[in-house]
Amino acid sequence: MLRRRVIPCLDVADGRVVKGVRFIDIVDAGDPPELAEHYAREGADEIVFLDIAATPAGRGTLLAVVEATARRAFVPLTVGGGVRSVREMRDVLRAGADKVSLNTAAVEDPSLVARCAVRFGRQAVVVAIDARRRPTDGAGDEPSWEVVVNGGRRPTGGDVLGWAERAVELGAGELLVTSMDRDGTRAGFDTELLRSVAARVEVPVIASGGAAGPDDFVAAVRDGDADAVLAASVFHRGTCSIATVKRAMADAGLPVRLVDGRAA
Amino acid sequence: MSDPVVASRGSTPRPRIAVVDYGAGNLVSIEQALLAVGAVPVMAASREAIEGADGLVVPGVGAAAPAMARLGRHGLIGPIRRWVAAGRPFLGICLGLQLLFERSDEDGATTLGLIPGHAARLVGAPTLPHIGWNQVERQRDHPLFEGIRDGADFYFVHSYAGVPDPLVASEILLAETEHGERFTSAIARGWTMGVQFHPERSGEDGLRLLANFAAIAAAQAGPSAGSGEPLQVHAIAGV
Repeated sequence: MLRRRVIPCLDVADGRVVKGVRFIDIVDAGDPPELAEHYAREGADEIVFLDIAATPAGRGTLLAVVEATARRAFVPLTVGGGVRSVREMRDVLRAGADKVSLNTAAVEDPSLVARCAVRFGRQAVVVAIDARRRPTDGAGDEPSWEVVVNGGRRPTGGDVLGWAERAVELGAGELLVTSMDRDGTRAGFDTELLRSVAARVEVPVIASGGAAGPDDFVAAVRDGDADAVLAASVFHRGTCSIATVKRAMADAGLPVRLVDGRAA
Repeated sequence: MSDPVVASRGSTPRPRIAVVDYGAGNLVSIEQALLAVGAVPVMAASREAIEGADGLVVPGVGAAAPAMARLGRHGLIGPIRRWVAAGRPFLGICLGLQLLFERSDEDGATTLGLIPGHAARLVGAPTLPHIGWNQVERQRDHPLFEGIRDGADFYFVHSYAGVPDPLVASEILLAETEHGERFTSAIARGWTMGVQFHPERSGEDGLRLLANFAAIAAAQAGPSAGSGEPLQVHAIAGV
């Protein structure tokens, strides 16, 4: 049976791991390859790097970090941030990444998703969607979310559920859905958002934004119907370990790959 | 990794494993994983680079037609066919396994045709692509899985899988995995082996499997190995 994945996310800038709280207050938290290996040993099912600086000058540094990581951690590696072309995606894959996540560039030019999927296969293309909940007037309104880009700074007016469907039609093999309302708040995942997206697409949905403790991961899968759950600061700050999260998921009856090799 | 798994034992020389490089994305992981298990990986983009190797790995992700076209451009289809026909140690990974069959439903591509059957979309899958760790349930013992617990988790990323022709299915089926309906996750015919998952991304068990492949390649690398003489195709002990 397919396991639900637990994925630590390493926000990287200039070759170092950082984590923005609501993308403003940045705290340095370590060396990417070393952290990746640590998490892989702890049972991380995948590693995600987000290049939050994503400057042309930092590109070479990022590729070196990707390769160093691929040589130390034998689990899948996804890289996002600043990839705007098929050629840039090729460079990141050749450096040792298995998947690339596209966000702002895909919103600005949806054909990029299709071109990358044709060239590298849809399994290598993750579309990351940053979602902000729209205010509702009355209690009976259906909830809706707006796509925001540029690290959450720029609203697009686009509807998250529509974009999710479109991205999958274009060739996204996975969706990484981040609640910008919850990101950095430790208020738990927006399970309503996750469930709404998961109901619209057949590709796996990765939950992101708001994790505070093991129960939140359980809720993202059980209530949000997420296939995988991603978090950053709760792991980097040692609030909880990959192992305790997986144990909580196993105890809740969710299928996970346990670190000692025995499955739930 | 904490418990290195090493292919070469005693005075056995480190086996040279050619990894076919046809522009199919990440080869760093497979190269590093082979290094980690004591093999000598050789990235091979030409016929010349394959010759002299003890084992051949064809990795690959994505669709079959562009992959076949790229193999063709590099002049690698003939050398791969001859390698497999000679019964030399071969490991197809993911798309590299699917290419062993005759065709792919994904884009109608004609593939290597070395094993009767085709690649078809997973049936009844709750999510597609099938991405993540899943259990590999063995249907028989094989040296490729030596030391690996039955039902161990490996990392998958795919939407299509090989469907062996019923006439050969019982002979070649090595393992199955469930995602919707059960599908073929590993095959072996003689020393022609294929896995639908990614051992290079599957932690310790993945390294163990690659170490087993390297050990098979090392054991087969005798005086006759480089001559192109056909080895006994069905010579696996205990199968």
